[in-house]
Amino acid sequence: MTEVFLDPTAELSPTVKPLLPRLSSLEGKTLGLLDINKPRGNVLLDRLEVLFNSRGVKTRRYKKPTMTRVAPVAVKQQIALECHAVIEALAD
Amino acid sequence: MSTSEPDFIVVVKKDCPTCMLVEPVIAELQATGQSIHIWSQDDPGFPASADNVGDDRDLQQSWQLNIETVPTVIRMDNDAESERTVGWDRAEWLRLFDVPSLGASLPDFRPGCGSMSVAPGMPEKLALKYGDIALQSRRIDIGEMEDPIESCFERGWSDGLPVVPPTEIRVVRMLAGTSRDPAEVLGSVPPDLQPCTVEKVAINAVMAGCKPEYLPVVIAAVEACLIDEFCMHGLLATTWFSGPMVIVNGPIAKAIGMNSGANALGQGNRANATIGRALQLVIRNVGGGKPGGVDRSTLGNPGKYTFCFAEDEDHSCWESLAVQRGFSSGQSTVTLFAADGVQGIADQKSRDPESLCRSLAASLLSVGHRKFAMLSDAFIILSPEHQRIFANANWSKQQVLDTLTEFTTRDGSELVNGVDGIAEGMPEFLKDMELSKFKPGGLNIVRAGGTAGLFSAIVGGWLASGEFGSSPVSKEIAL
Repeated sequence: MTEVFLDPTAELSPTVKPLLPRLSSLEGKTLGLLDINKPRGNVLLDRLEVLFNSRGVKTRRYKKPTMTRVAPVAVKQQIALECHAVIEALAD
Repeated sequence: MSTSEPDFIVVVKKDCPTCMLVEPVIAELQATGQSIHIWSQDDPGFPASADNVGDDRDLQQSWQLNIETVPTVIRMDNDAESERTVGWDRAEWLRLFDVPSLGASLPDFRPGCGSMSVAPGMPEKLALKYGDIALQSRRIDIGEMEDPIESCFERGWSDGLPVVPPTEIRVVRMLAGTSRDPAEVLGSVPPDLQPCTVEKVAINAVMAGCKPEYLPVVIAAVEACLIDEFCMHGLLATTWFSGPMVIVNGPIAKAIGMNSGANALGQGNRANATIGRALQLVIRNVGGGKPGGVDRSTLGNPGKYTFCFAEDEDHSCWESLAVQRGFSSGQSTVTLFAADGVQGIADQKSRDPESLCRSLAASLLSVGHRKFAMLSDAFIILSPEHQRIFANANWSKQQVLDTLTEFTTRDGSELVNGVDGIAEGMPEFLKDMELSKFKPGGLNIVRAGGTAGLFSAIVGGWLASGEFGSSPVSKEIAL
């Protein structure tokens, strides 16, 4: 005789989201630089900003209020509206 | 006045001396033209002398008629029950049937026997089979050759210890512990942000080993961890040690037998052990939060299996944590704190409150790092013998907290990076400020523990406290 269990999980059927098309060139593009508010993330982003700008690539800086929570919707929308791609400095 | 002759239903079982006793009475009534339908629970051939006997070995009729005792006589008027009596009570039967000579040779009274439909474990089985319980979770068939507990391990449902297999019948029994709708959605559990129903909580509570009466506490704990201020996602994801610590206040703690006394933070009490575990299993199974996945803790702590206890309110000289947080003493609550492990503190020599505060303060400074300030929150689990020192001096809880704040406030110059030959510390710009160890409200005290031992516990918390991370949250327990 078989037993029947009830599934304790959320019964996720994972959806595979395709990556957005990668940029073929940075020419004329704007890059977002997102600081998640962990120590020294700014060190990496400051350096990237200098390197990108010296190559004529525009950058914009963004910051999460705290690294403990996901980015507020407003920040995500602002990046999506103003940038072609984003680089996130994850951790110290 | 009824518009038609009443019909009667009698439910019996052969394995009941009182049912055997009334067999001739039923036959006599049928002979006088009474319309009686009999349901027999264990033998459709019984009572042999009566007509119109139905087979209720599957107990469907008994369950639907809500029979608790046999024999039960139910009088129906216009297809609806108007009254019933149980066992053999001549006066009652006479009132229902109005036949003066009824059972003249029988004793006046014999109690009935328990209905087979209320045998232990049976009501839930019957509810599942004939009731309107609609459990929504996916059914998973476990093969005959599979070990049920091993199959739970293999499916990734366990925290590393064996779980109780979540069969339908166990989940139905668990759900009897709450009046809430199994389909009610409590919120979205991180990190996968999946909707969590009361039913999913019940399944995980079964696996954790909970009794049904613990379920309301587990539900409240799940609700509390989903309050935004608790920041469950970040707490799970952090490399720091912390996990949710559950403190239970109010009458339910005693009602379900929680331990607030000796070894309150340790093993051996089913409610303490399984409530905290159930919360962690919900995060694991519903939220998808697993070590190596979104749980990135460097070391973790044993409390991430389970960390739950009750405050000893009965013997405390102070208001409880729940009352301090705005609830009444008659309300039952859970309070969750993003907690690391337990740090013991011994002081067997202090006999006055100031000396004891200095002792406690000295140990509190080490939470997170001795040179940190305003980062982690902390709880002191104050033992009875330590609390007695404050009680004897008529110190209030606030007085203790204020004194601890004073004794844990230091000059920033002692704490900044590099001081004492330690690179770690507070940022340089704080060097001219006075820094208290904890943010305002970041230090809490509850009483628990055995009556012997001048020891208390400090439970430090996540470095990301307050608005930046997690704050303690409370939720009333709804039955």
